Amino acid sequence: MATLSNTDTRGCEVSKSRDLRIGLLFASPWIIGFCVFLLYPVVASLRYSFTSYSVLNPPRYIGLANYQELAGDSVFWGTMKNTLLYLIGAVPLMTVVAIGLALLLNTKVKGMAFYRAMFFMPSLVPMVAQGTLFLWIFNGDYGVLNTPFRKLGLTPPNWLGDPTWTKWTLVLIAIWGCGQAMILYLAGLQDVPASLYEASELDGAGLWQKTKNVTLPMLSPVILFNVIMGIIGAIQLFAVPYVMFPDGQPARSTYFVTSYLYDNAFNYQRMGYASAIAWVMFVVTLILTLFAIRFSDRHVHYGSN
Amino acid sequence: MTTKLGLSLLAVGAVVVAAAVYGDMAVSRQGESGKVTVVYWEKWTGAEGEAMQRAVNDFNASQNRIFVQYLSISDIDKKTLLAAAGSNPPDVAGIWQDQVAQFADAKALTDLTDLAAQNNVKASDYIPSFYDGLVYHDRLWALPSTPSVICLYVRADLVPKEYATQETFPKTIEAFDDLMFKISTKNSNGTLKMAGFLPASPGWYPWAWGPLFGGKLFVGDKLTINSPENLKAFEWTALFPKNLGAQTIASFQSGFGAFATPQDPFLDGKTACEINGVWKAGYINGAHKTFPWFVVPFPYPKDHPELANHAFINEDVLVIPRGTKHPKEAFEFVKFIQRQDVMERLCAAQGKNTALAKVSENFFKTHQNREIRYLDHMARSSNVIPAPQIGIFPQIRNEISVAAQEINTDQKSAKQALDDAQNRLEGQWQLYRTQILGDAK
Repeated sequence: MATLSNTDTRGCEVSKSRDLRIGLLFASPWIIGFCVFLLYPVVASLRYSFTSYSVLNPPRYIGLANYQELAGDSVFWGTMKNTLLYLIGAVPLMTVVAIGLALLLNTKVKGMAFYRAMFFMPSLVPMVAQGTLFLWIFNGDYGVLNTPFRKLGLTPPNWLGDPTWTKWTLVLIAIWGCGQAMILYLAGLQDVPASLYEASELDGAGLWQKTKNVTLPMLSPVILFNVIMGIIGAIQLFAVPYVMFPDGQPARSTYFVTSYLYDNAFNYQRMGYASAIAWVMFVVTLILTLFAIRFSDRHVHYGSN
Repeated sequence: MTTKLGLSLLAVGAVVVAAAVYGDMAVSRQGESGKVTVVYWEKWTGAEGEAMQRAVNDFNASQNRIFVQYLSISDIDKKTLLAAAGSNPPDVAGIWQDQVAQFADAKALTDLTDLAAQNNVKASDYIPSFYDGLVYHDRLWALPSTPSVICLYVRADLVPKEYATQETFPKTIEAFDDLMFKISTKNSNGTLKMAGFLPASPGWYPWAWGPLFGGKLFVGDKLTINSPENLKAFEWTALFPKNLGAQTIASFQSGFGAFATPQDPFLDGKTACEINGVWKAGYINGAHKTFPWFVVPFPYPKDHPELANHAFINEDVLVIPRGTKHPKEAFEFVKFIQRQDVMERLCAAQGKNTALAKVSENFFKTHQNREIRYLDHMARSSNVIPAPQIGIFPQIRNEISVAAQEINTDQKSAKQALDDAQNRLEGQWQLYRTQILGDAK
């Protein structure tokens, strides 16, 4: 067995070090971009959250005053309530619809590629266009959604003008964007070994039992991933309500945490307060994500296990 | 490998050097022709933008020292503030008069007082209501571009003949209410067919309801959002959901087309009266609507005849942000816009009033709003209502707007909604005074 001489070892180390330098050099655009456009703003926002900062004048340290103000800010808690209600409505609904669609699109039907493309396409529509489109669909007076209600002689909801309905309008709109999740579920479904279905059939399992005992457990890691992404997306909801319900109209029923953050930062020049809101949002997102992961321990089944 | 590394480093170095050299050139305001380039950010697009572009072209052609570059920018107020914070603001920006106090408090503006004096721009050149709103803490911060009077538009074909003229239309709120509820009609299924008037349509100026009833939003350094006059105003707005039904109104309003389209409720005959600006005539003409209409000052409470002939105003203004490289050249351009012929051409093209005290007969004769003479007269009324000059006006406007929606959707009584708005705003005002104004009190 040949051994490396000292010279060979040193040469190898020099080569590794050079490779590292070249690697870092080529990765440097991303590293610089990450530091300048992500890391620095994140660290700076934490610092600003302890200051009074109007953007035009230097930040002034005020300790925990922003966080204390947040604790007693009824509008902030209102926006938090709206955000959580949206999350509670949208995430389960999107999950159920996306899984349902994925199950349908996983069947062997002629022209399936076309159907898959059709169901995925809505998720490619830009948020602003989506908002404008749904202003027409949900219009309480002449919107296409209310036409069947009227034909049946029922009084349809005023989706856009009644504070009781506006949040649920946004929840329904969320379904429009479930194509991304649907594709992931579809990929997950195609990964389920056929042998499991064959074994369950031999045990006499019907469609529902196969879905409950094979499909969903095998799909559970994908469900967990999509639920976590859904939670993060719901807390960051901004563009569609911004277009459809300016200023959280009516009567702040669609005023979400991100909108309040935006108003404080850019309309009221309270960047310090906005930064504090951002950090509270981060903590809430973190807690919900950790809760989802903890909850998943007993319900998510990985193939390696 | 060393050669490759060297070449890579050289390439990165070249990019850095190029960015340093050409980056500086990219933000330079010195044009190739030797003219100073004044960068002008404005909110307008479409016909309004084209009208201002013509004024800019006229300025550029009028002299050979300065070149104004007109850029149409969305969210201009926010972007101007951020650009000023980043020490690279435009030389001129077109914002709104109701933001002047906020911008001045934030130290985002160049004080124009001395520049105006040096250039012989005087208060007496202007209609007082349009000029006074640009002076804050005795300093001049902006000059007008296109000002507007906002009053009540009435469709003569939708009100009874005996009320269908400026002279015979109800003068008091009480008579106005009687007429409006009388002419509002419903379909057989209970939905609204036509509303005489709806405070929430278009609902752009809920902050003005109080002042129209003699109220003020603040007195000295005290906010008075829930003053008796303001409360009276919002109790009046609450009459509409009470009499016509909050849900009925909400459903009716959800069918309104957007402003500036033929489906606008006033153009479409869904409302007989609405509060709107001088520009409304342009949209009526543009939609080729032939119905008869006229404008009147908003009616006054019967027990306050001194409030007769009141309307309110808003104003697009030109400011020079703090930190611009060419404030004198920027002011040259702003001053050019104040020339009577230039301002009249610009304001006529945008369908607005003129801010100048002296108005040519041609402006009145050729203006797209045939009521322009009357609207000009309203601007000169002592009862005209400008947006209040207070740095937290965006918050005030927002809170009052929320209060108006809560009342309109029957979620809160007028008193409760205004008390809540007052409480919230008091906290914000206190913070604003300590954090922005540096007030130790």
